[in-house]
Amino acid sequence: MNIELSRRGLLKVAGAGVAATSVTAMGFGEAEAAVIAHVRPLKLVNTTETRNTCTYCSVACGVILYSRGDVRKGEHAELLHVEGDADHPTNLGTLCPKGAALRDFVRSETRLSFPKIRRPGSDRFEQVSWDVALDRIARLMKDDRDANFIARNQAGTAVNRWTTTGMLAASATTNETAWTTFKVAKTLGIAGFDNQARV
Amino acid sequence: MTNSWTDIRNTDLVVVMGGNAAEAHPCGFKWVTEAKAHRGAKLIVVDPRFTRTASVADFYAPIRQGTDIAFLLGVINHCIRNDRVQWEYTKAFTNASFIVKEGFGYSDGLFTGYDEEKRDYDRTNWDYEIGEDGFARVDPTLQHPRCVWNLLKQHVAVYTPEMVQRICGTPQDKFLRVAQMISECSTPTRTMTSMYALGWTQHSHGSQNIRAMAMLQLILGNIGVRGGGMNALRGHSNIQGLTDLGLMSHLLTGYLNMPTEQEVDYATYMQSRQFRPLRPGQTSYWQNYSKFFVSLQKAMWGDAARAENDWCYDYISKLDVPSYDILRMFELMNQGRVNGYICQGFNPLMAFPDRGKCTAALSKLKFLVTMDPLETETARFWENHGEFNDVNPASIRTEVIQLPTTCFAEDEGSLTNSGRWLQWFWPAATPPGEARKDIWIMSQIFLRMRELYRKEGGAFPDPILNLSWNYHDPNEPEAEELAKEINGRALVDLTDPADPSRVLVPAGKQVVNFSQLRDDGSTMCGCWIYSGCFNEAGNNMARRGTEDPDGTGAYLNWTFAWPLNRRTLYNRASADLQGKPWDPSRKLLEWNGTQWTGYDVPDIGPTSRPDQVMPFIMNQEGSARLFSRGMMRDGPFPAHMEPFESPVPNVLNPRMRGNPVARIFQSDVPRFGNSEEFPFAATTYRLTEHFHYWTKHNKVNAALQPEFFVEISHELAAMRGITGGGWVRVWSKRGSVKAKAVVTRRIQPLNCDGGRVVHVVGIPIHWGFTGAAKKGHSANTLSPFVGDANIETPGFKAFLVNIEPTTPPGVVS
Repeated sequence: MNIELSRRGLLKVAGAGVAATSVTAMGFGEAEAAVIAHVRPLKLVNTTETRNTCTYCSVACGVILYSRGDVRKGEHAELLHVEGDADHPTNLGTLCPKGAALRDFVRSETRLSFPKIRRPGSDRFEQVSWDVALDRIARLMKDDRDANFIARNQAGTAVNRWTTTGMLAASATTNETAWTTFKVAKTLGIAGFDNQARV
Repeated sequence: MTNSWTDIRNTDLVVVMGGNAAEAHPCGFKWVTEAKAHRGAKLIVVDPRFTRTASVADFYAPIRQGTDIAFLLGVINHCIRNDRVQWEYTKAFTNASFIVKEGFGYSDGLFTGYDEEKRDYDRTNWDYEIGEDGFARVDPTLQHPRCVWNLLKQHVAVYTPEMVQRICGTPQDKFLRVAQMISECSTPTRTMTSMYALGWTQHSHGSQNIRAMAMLQLILGNIGVRGGGMNALRGHSNIQGLTDLGLMSHLLTGYLNMPTEQEVDYATYMQSRQFRPLRPGQTSYWQNYSKFFVSLQKAMWGDAARAENDWCYDYISKLDVPSYDILRMFELMNQGRVNGYICQGFNPLMAFPDRGKCTAALSKLKFLVTMDPLETETARFWENHGEFNDVNPASIRTEVIQLPTTCFAEDEGSLTNSGRWLQWFWPAATPPGEARKDIWIMSQIFLRMRELYRKEGGAFPDPILNLSWNYHDPNEPEAEELAKEINGRALVDLTDPADPSRVLVPAGKQVVNFSQLRDDGSTMCGCWIYSGCFNEAGNNMARRGTEDPDGTGAYLNWTFAWPLNRRTLYNRASADLQGKPWDPSRKLLEWNGTQWTGYDVPDIGPTSRPDQVMPFIMNQEGSARLFSRGMMRDGPFPAHMEPFESPVPNVLNPRMRGNPVARIFQSDVPRFGNSEEFPFAATTYRLTEHFHYWTKHNKVNAALQPEFFVEISHELAAMRGITGGGWVRVWSKRGSVKAKAVVTRRIQPLNCDGGRVVHVVGIPIHWGFTGAAKKGHSANTLSPFVGDANIETPGFKAFLVNIEPTTPPGVVS
């Protein structure tokens, strides 16, 4: 349902076709190839269009992401361009100074690429594998939970509370991520569990 | 939001107070522009600064930060005195006629029952008189001296235009103009919308700011109607979703509550959650609480949750304090009582108050885990960045594990906007390097811990071992499977109670919505208010129909809105006691003699008679509360409270500091300043080019507003010898920052009580020490460690600072 071509996309592809056809129709023959070879194609020709939602504020403007490659076909896909979704009832295609620059967020030089650990007292991060990072986290969390979990209060009531490790959840993640995070955090008994809504 | 962004087109008057929508929510603000251009709507802005929203307003009035309650109660007083009340609505749809117990009262800025030692109220008398029939007593004539209406009238009488000027610094003529424009919306054919954001929430009395406007909207008849409502603009793209899904220390999903230690078992927990109607024939929808709770427990623990074991009630933590909110956690951390902390897409070093305290607290952790697409200051809190992060790494023993996550462009799922629309989106790009989805990371942490508990045993492993985790790929559940779990399904054949041979929902099928949930363990549902989002009709959050009959702005076929795809909450209140729309040109619903019909999903039983069942179905009263009984810690009515750091004493009670019941930690007492040492009223905000601390990582946005600055008036600049563009030092009791001075007419001194001139210092947020932007000091270095008395949202909007000219950062004077 997402791969339907937007109205704007349809015009764009049609336009590219018209240009190529008219060059041929005018009978320039071999000149056609030469012209096409040095005319820079439109940036968005043959890109994959994807419906998405701006990640910033909760107006939740619809955006169209243009990528080279189709990630849903298992291809490597690189984000090239972002524009407002003209079909979206709230923003009707418009974007603010933040939304219009979303591509630079996605491709920021300070995007993180690898798990890292900073040892106590160190002045740097070291790159580690996911297995090393995740096993270390599981170990640290379990040891702390086992040492400090409060199973019952003085009255003998089961209170099952873990207050010595806390968690902040991310309110720019999806509802589905949030449900997964909720399940894990509440199951472990993490009492100090909040998200940006608190602030 | 009670309404939606697209509904704002239907309004006659927009009041922006406690927000700056043109700056912070530009594409949503276009609906204000639309209403102005096509309906002739007016825009009022009340703010300490002449904001970008003010620049396009029809009328602007200045106000001293933290005094919104006095202003709003002043408007209510004006409406009552001038008989500008939507009487039919107020009498039928609010608790104006309910009689309050004897013994309730208010004097010297305090309600009855105050205990100074405990900093708390005994709220016993803040309630209705209950008759022998078990229902609340009412006086529909509003003659009884203790009916809510007369108590309200008496409570707001002190807030005259003179008093508003004394407290708020708003000139009387400007206040009166605003009050008059608002009061015109008391007719059934004019509506007003309230658009607010953190300018109202980030105060020690934030919840009461919002209540004051909600009460005003009720007496004007503006709740539940097109172009009306209380519209919280909200912040992050899914902050609504994470609240709805209960990722809070005091909540479960769908606004179910975490139990307390006093609620020793499930029966006790449910005892205070019977929600018997307080008036005959009313809905009191929370009577279904047990269905939602048991279905959640079944979603969490599947077959392990049984009637015999209280549906695994013991698996949920019981609170010994009202909440383990962020302020309490950082206080405990600073006391050395927290060892581990996980920050998923959150940058508390920049986002929490009193940065010095935050750094000290994080330095005492044994381990910190961060999950983020970007390089946050929090992940590098131990790294020295000169005066921008002046720490000694060698002395910080915290182990930090930084995990790279995907961002929106690489992810799939739904986000809930401030209008409660759950909108599905799709991935478009390959994540950089080894960055992974948060779902995968959370699953990995869980599966690895579960494995350790299986092998080693440990503290109460039962909930961990029994957590329902039946996914196609347990290592990385798919977004659609999770969404289906949130919607809920039948665990056995659900039969019609009236005809057991008739199967309503076969076992294993999705429930159509929460009306099919049961409390006998036969259904599961992750979040009842979201039920209907992904039923047997498919993924309703991915719908893209743009039809909008009669141009209501409802867009019922566009994605899915909670609850039940309803676009305007309390929409039954858009019609009178006969079920006719108050304003036929703005119909939402209409009673056709047998049922409700119209443009939105009715927020009432489809066949509930308009003269019998009142619109506020979530309340036991059936009506909305002008008097909130004992449900809020700081009063059943809002009352003027100063910020903890205020340039002037509280006019109503000079002894009272801040909110009298807000929680203050002992360690913070010496970290509050007074107006002698810190004479200027500071406030923080963000700019349209920026989004919190994220856009620092983005060259375009970093370049648009490149450098940390503060805004002051020409008068304050002259007083302190500050020149525009020069460097200033701004400091509070908690810390000091350096910034460029912007000297502007957008900020004007305010004349408050007894001719006191209050100067405002405006401090934008954004800068830190990671990303593409120039390094800068952060505003939270200055702000105080105190939260709202009801919900503990920290106050960033009103505190005290001093200011002087200085040398640039890095230059020793």
